[in-house]
Amino acid sequence: MMEKMIFGRFIPGDSVVHRLDPRAKILFVFLFIAIVFIANNAITYAILLGFTLLSVFLSKIRLYFLINGLKPVFILMAFTFFLHLFFTEGGALLFSVGFVDVYEEGLRQGIFISIRFLVLVFMTSILTLTTSPISITDGIEVLLGPFKRVKLPVHELALMMSISLRFIPTLMDETGKILKAQMARGSDIGSGPIKERIKAVVPLLIPLFVSAFKRAEDLATAMEVRGYRGGEGRTRYRQLNWRIMDTLSLLLLVGFAGLLWYFRS
Amino acid sequence: MKGTILSFEQVTFTYAPEDKSVKPAVSDLSFSIGEGEWVALVGHNGSGKSTIAKLMNGLLFPQQGTVKAMGLTMSEESLWDIRSQMGMVFQNPDNQFVGATVQDDVAFALENNGVPHEEMVVRVRESLQQVKMADYLDHEPHHLSGGQKQRVAIAGALALRPRLLILDEATSMLDPQGRREVIETIRELREATGLTVLSITHDLEEAALADRVLVMSAGHKQMEGTPDEVFSSGEELTEMGLDLPFAMRMAGLLKQAGVPMTGESMTEHELVEELWTYYSSK
Ligand SMILES: Nc1ncnc2c1ncn2[C@@H]1O[C@H](COP(=O)(O)OP(=O)(O)O)[C@@H](O)[C@H]1O
Ligand SMILES: [Mg+2]
Repeated sequence: MMEKMIFGRFIPGDSVVHRLDPRAKILFVFLFIAIVFIANNAITYAILLGFTLLSVFLSKIRLYFLINGLKPVFILMAFTFFLHLFFTEGGALLFSVGFVDVYEEGLRQGIFISIRFLVLVFMTSILTLTTSPISITDGIEVLLGPFKRVKLPVHELALMMSISLRFIPTLMDETGKILKAQMARGSDIGSGPIKERIKAVVPLLIPLFVSAFKRAEDLATAMEVRGYRGGEGRTRYRQLNWRIMDTLSLLLLVGFAGLLWYFRS
Repeated sequence: MKGTILSFEQVTFTYAPEDKSVKPAVSDLSFSIGEGEWVALVGHNGSGKSTIAKLMNGLLFPQQGTVKAMGLTMSEESLWDIRSQMGMVFQNPDNQFVGATVQDDVAFALENNGVPHEEMVVRVRESLQQVKMADYLDHEPHHLSGGQKQRVAIAGALALRPRLLILDEATSMLDPQGRREVIETIRELREATGLTVLSITHDLEEAALADRVLVMSAGHKQMEGTPDEVFSSGEELTEMGLDLPFAMRMAGLLKQAGVPMTGESMTEHELVEELWTYYSSK
């Protein structure tokens, strides 16, 4: 199941979207999130959906893959859909099942909210699927740059993020090893009542914590030895370069926002 | 030998200076390393080897005595200057990999020292070539073997073009293959650049490759000399919890069994060499 989940996963590729600057993509998604709220009628929601599908197409991510990977999200979406369907009143009464009445307005709202949900999830997934975590970190670091003036430790935050990302596979491996070691000693995490299972997790977490602290200490030493003393006076190996395509993509988004505004009721 | 690159003068260090019951981790230690030398520091676990390494680059400061490196006396002021001329590789391959990919990791020390981008690109390539990892630029650490990770760590240390490379048990967590890779890398590096190396190890086979061996035991320097000199005192080493290299133990046993061995073979290769010359001249 974990393999199918695409939340936060990165699929390397060479589509137009892959090649965009991470800063452009992050800005794009943030603006898009705001723009989504312009839509308020059938036409604008249709445009919104069309635009999102176009983005998916440009990113060369297979739609099937995206839908399959976002299954848990669809459950949430269905839930909100039915919530609106059953509890929003207004417009003509369409039909009633038992004590719930379904109104025209409820159906409308249900569909609209679902579309809004869908496009937001798709867009953010496109961002994470086409941008390596380290590029996202770089992008965030540069975009947050101005906040250094108000003493936000931007460089440190970015470094923390990139080191965490770097250690995820290492700690996963380690968890696997400890799990097997505990299983070999007869611990059983997979079954039994919840209380027992939680108890069985403790002997897994403690060694993991101990080793994580050891790693952190080693890493700090290694960093210090290699001359690390904060963001001051540091240069960057990884360079971001903003190209014409990046400007164009943001202009496209502005145009899109204008279109929505025009058709909005 | 051109000059001294590093020296300890009567250095004593204790982790808990207030607590009199704790013995110093390093006591009254003096030694020096000359430019271009390969020195091996051996000793049992807890004999103070890592502490010595940490004293060398200012991660720790001694309570008594002075540490001099690159012509400077170690102090809060000279610390960063000294560190930038000293590369260090540690035991655990995973816990010293800072970057997301091989090239990012190699660039880390360069970034810290404010090296301009164009220069960084050149140096990253160059150092990775020196350890034969140039084909792995974009690889992530969890897709590399232990030996490869250690070679990347060496490249990361080399990128700053240090005058001294310190390896603190850099091979002890590796499988035999990885260990060979790393040792071979050091050997080639020394041949190509004449880099000064201090390798801390409890593998005497690795120590046998050095020009000079220092033996530590319980914070004291017990012996110092060429590998031949040090290894000839077999008993003493065993008492200090160190195992002689396999080839030397083998030669010793053969000698006992009446085979006339010179006792000079320190590596397996040399032993085989000696055995077949002996056999064919018989
Ligand atoms: N951070 C520390 N705090 C207190 N004691 C330490 C610390 N690190 C090492 N020691 C002690 O100092 C001695 C030397 O340790 P170390 O230099 O790590 O030895 P080696 O590297 O030769 O195995 C040991 O007795 C060890 O227990
Ligand atoms: Mg040690």
